[in-house]
Amino acid sequence: MSLQLIANIIVLAAIYALVSTGYVLIYRVSRVLNLAHGELMMVGAYILVATAGLFSGDPLLALVLAAIAGLVMGIVVYVVLMRWMTGEAVLAAVLITIALGILLRGLVVLIWTTQQFYPGATFGWRNPPVPIAPGVQISAASLAIVLLTFAVYAGLFIFLRFTRWGVRMRAAGQNPLLAEQRGIRLHGVYAFAWGLSTFTASLAGMLMALDSGVESTMATIGLKAFPAALVGGLDSLLGAVVGALIVATAEIAAIQYVNPLLSDVVPFVVLLIVLAIRPWGLFGSREQLDRV
Amino acid sequence: MSERNPYAQELALFGTTARRIRLAIALIILAALPFVATPFQLDLANQVLLASIGALALMLLTGFAGLISLGTAGLLAAGAYAVGVLVREVGAPFWVTLPTAAVLGAGLGLIFGLPSLRLRGLYLAISTLGLHFVVVYLGGEYEAREVLSTGVMIDSPAIGGWELSSGRAWYFVLLGFAAVALLISVNLQRSRTGRAWRALRERDIVASALGIDVQRFKLLAFMVSATMTAVAGALFAYYRNFVSIDAFSLYLTIQYVAMIIIGGMGSIPGALLGAGFVILFPYAIEAIAAFLPARFGNTVFALDYAAFGVVMILFLLLEPAGLMGICRRLRNVIGGTPRPRDALTDQR
Repeated sequence: MSLQLIANIIVLAAIYALVSTGYVLIYRVSRVLNLAHGELMMVGAYILVATAGLFSGDPLLALVLAAIAGLVMGIVVYVVLMRWMTGEAVLAAVLITIALGILLRGLVVLIWTTQQFYPGATFGWRNPPVPIAPGVQISAASLAIVLLTFAVYAGLFIFLRFTRWGVRMRAAGQNPLLAEQRGIRLHGVYAFAWGLSTFTASLAGMLMALDSGVESTMATIGLKAFPAALVGGLDSLLGAVVGALIVATAEIAAIQYVNPLLSDVVPFVVLLIVLAIRPWGLFGSREQLDRV
Repeated sequence: MSERNPYAQELALFGTTARRIRLAIALIILAALPFVATPFQLDLANQVLLASIGALALMLLTGFAGLISLGTAGLLAAGAYAVGVLVREVGAPFWVTLPTAAVLGAGLGLIFGLPSLRLRGLYLAISTLGLHFVVVYLGGEYEAREVLSTGVMIDSPAIGGWELSSGRAWYFVLLGFAAVALLISVNLQRSRTGRAWRALRERDIVASALGIDVQRFKLLAFMVSATMTAVAGALFAYYRNFVSIDAFSLYLTIQYVAMIIIGGMGSIPGALLGAGFVILFPYAIEAIAAFLPARFGNTVFALDYAAFGVVMILFLLLEPAGLMGICRRLRNVIGGTPRPRDALTDQR
């Protein structure tokens, strides 16, 4: 396996890892599976297209505004929609996210059409290739994704372990009833988890848009990141990294050595194998799983 | 002493005069429809009939047995491809392809159902989603290998010299298939199997304590449902004279899930109502879009997605019992006999 291939695997794994934090955060806190995650990521990328159009002279401002919008987006989704599903059957909550995904797909095309956008070009940024080893190059945006993934994981680790809101979030995930009796406002914690989840997804979407543009099919990448979250264990952030590496390795190897058409199916084959052997994932907690 | 009704009379679906009259009226309307409808309306009716078979199949699985599946599009694709491949490779007639599709469906149902022995709820839905991608990949791989950029063409089925191609003939054929699917669903629901499924849905541990073979009935539900879905897929291929893997996206699965939600979970008439609603919805949107500025007219499919998402959300939030729930309320308001709510909808 060439070094270039390994570099490609790491970049893809970083994308999957960054996107799957959103699945893990929401599942860990509220046991809801958000099947609109890919669409929310796509909306985050399109928001960058909008802010880039408004502030083409000031890339930093445009990026920061789009990132903040990504955070707000999740909170809005929770307050407007998901709040009403608290205490309902898990299936109903998942169906709502599916419906939300379809709604967002439609809205994105209605607003931005099916055309491809390059927010990087709007800033006048060329996304130069960066040599990271002899004979190995990745694009600058890809390098940024890898670095950002490390930063986000470090940040989430510190946040969940050492800050007040992080502890509240873990408490709400472990035992909502006890957490609420100790005075933790569950709706606040859930809304914050949704905000964080769309924030990280938006970061991933924005960087992918800077790398290779954004169009209305980007949501598929979000869905393919889901197997990564599940392989590692849906409630484990560390697991998401390992799962992302496994899924990305399998996918790139299949594209390289077998058949490029396999790209869309390999993550789900890995998922089926894990579900058959170890349904709670590599690092997930076993007792909380909805098993027969 | 009250006299008991004979058992045969209790079992009859149309045992009372009122029911027989209602059946007769429904049959007359259904039989007269193709003679008054335009070809376009007839095509819509045929699409609704096709979708009802799939919706009934999913209702059996999810509405009765409580097993969540996101594999409908994959199973429809399997049925359609069974026809496509057999017709293309060996020129098989329909009386070979339809049973093959049914057997393939039953086999796939077994495979789709296997995860249900270990997993439940969300995880089960996800494993069927994974299988969906596998089936769709196999179809796409076949198309790519045979270098079919446009999919597989299929001739209309023929008996002797007569070819099944007119919309009116199709209407009666599909009506027959849908009626059989309906009869199977109704009879399964009110028999031992249906009761076992309902017990499974409520609590499978209790069901097994009551002596129900949980694994057997779960797999049975998957197999019956998958067989019906695959046959619907095969009919779809013949009806369209054409199979392409692009038709079997995840969105198709979501449409079928929406049918049973919008119709009313756990209700057989609900599956039919939902199928009609979901199939006719895009045409209604298209009609509305004609009045909107051209900017929206060019992206009707996007408008359709957005509106469909909103309708699904509204049903889930405001009327989880679906169209059947609305019917029931209307009937209570107008003043008939008040009807009890479904057990499943009460639970939510």
